[in-house]
Amino acid sequence: MPLRTPLYETHLAAGARMVDFGGWDMPVVYGSQIEEHHAVRRDAGMFDVSHMCVVDLRGDRVREFLRRLLANDVAKLTQPGKALYSCMLRETGGVIDDLIVYYMNDRWFRMVVNAGTRDKDLEWIRASAAPFDVAVEPRTDLAMIAVQGPNARHKAAALLDPDVATHALELGTFVGMEAGDWFVARTGYTGEDGWEIMLPAAESPAFWGRLKDAGIAQCGLGARDTLRLEAGMNLYGNDMDETTSPLESGLAWTVAWEPQDRDFIGRAALAAQQSAGVPRKLAGLLLEGRGVLRSNQKVIVPAVGDGEVTSGSFSPTLERSIGLARVPVQTADRCEVEIRGRLLDARVVRPPFVRNGKIAIPL
Amino acid sequence: MSKVPAELRYLKSHEWARLESDGTVTVGISDHAQQALGDLVFVEVPEPGRRVMAGEACAVVESVKAASDIYSPVSGEIVAGNAELGGQPELINRDPYGGGWIMRVRPEDKSQFAALLDAKAYEAALAAETH
Repeated sequence: MPLRTPLYETHLAAGARMVDFGGWDMPVVYGSQIEEHHAVRRDAGMFDVSHMCVVDLRGDRVREFLRRLLANDVAKLTQPGKALYSCMLRETGGVIDDLIVYYMNDRWFRMVVNAGTRDKDLEWIRASAAPFDVAVEPRTDLAMIAVQGPNARHKAAALLDPDVATHALELGTFVGMEAGDWFVARTGYTGEDGWEIMLPAAESPAFWGRLKDAGIAQCGLGARDTLRLEAGMNLYGNDMDETTSPLESGLAWTVAWEPQDRDFIGRAALAAQQSAGVPRKLAGLLLEGRGVLRSNQKVIVPAVGDGEVTSGSFSPTLERSIGLARVPVQTADRCEVEIRGRLLDARVVRPPFVRNGKIAIPL
Repeated sequence: MSKVPAELRYLKSHEWARLESDGTVTVGISDHAQQALGDLVFVEVPEPGRRVMAGEACAVVESVKAASDIYSPVSGEIVAGNAELGGQPELINRDPYGGGWIMRVRPEDKSQFAALLDAKAYEAALAAETH
């Protein structure tokens, strides 16, 4: 029996095409994926992301616990509501998952982890939390709706209590706030401004309907994937997993090496990889010719070595094919990709491809 | 519901075929197929003169998310590929049985066309697929 979000019936009624995603029956598209993509880049779109797992962590030693658990350092979080993006590593340095963690107060942090990794994440977090006496509570009572796009916050704000709306519109990037049993955060996975809103599951269908009436387009996981790829954001399971470290996944910036005495899980393995020389990197690819980059296509870097496309798609904003690929670290600005037995030229670029509605690479 | 024109023949793999008055067979993908693929962004059509076998993959359509091979319903020689699709792959979404045609084949053996699924049989195949 596939898992269903509180908005499942709403999606069916809207005529969404449903697919399995990490064990969840999720809407991949409502109408045209390209139109949904453009709605977010140009105006406002919304996504049901209730399949993602919200986990509350509570205890006197919760900060100390997270400084051990995560490769990024929650000591950076001093303002209540502030969020941090981090990887959670095995001792080998392999990525168990990537996540966002919010500092709520000194006894309470809130984490959002991926749907497909939920069970192993919870097992790992619980096992790691035990010595710190931190309680781990998945919030299955909450739904989560992401409203994204240049006009998303203002369209959604009109539906909130006026006092809440005022405060929510003042949130800085990567900061969230509680509003009763709701939580509004200025975060997302599209490269556009917007909010991710957590709310009681039972209230979510009515709120979704009001967002739709306010002119926010319903968008499926298809558009979510092309938007995040254009924004140069990794997808767990495609672009990194337990066999790759953050250092070879374009995520070195999320590893907090300072202070040197912080002993986070995986630190020794990452330090060893760093001193031996990281062999591979995650690069952005722009296909020069006609065709579409897809995961698992072979990348050939002449005189350097081989690599592999980890995420690839057609970019609706660039109207070209783009991708992320794991390639030898010496890779410069050109490579070839094998597509159906033919070698096509691609340019190596630094993501993001698109940011805040604008093309961010030279075409 | 997707459209299944009664006058066409079909493959289970969702190609349609139309016998033209000059004896060639025009091939495209069904309305059901274009809906399932979603927005098409790239189409590769075969070169005229190429010889293909019935059931041979000879064109590719790619949507935002996935690539699909297109199989020739009959053996013969490719006489045309739809060049319009190079710049406008979305023609397949807009008009799968008209402007979105993919290729034209001159069949070697007319009996192959007659053996393709008729609209009723294709509709039954679609119903079986979704159940």
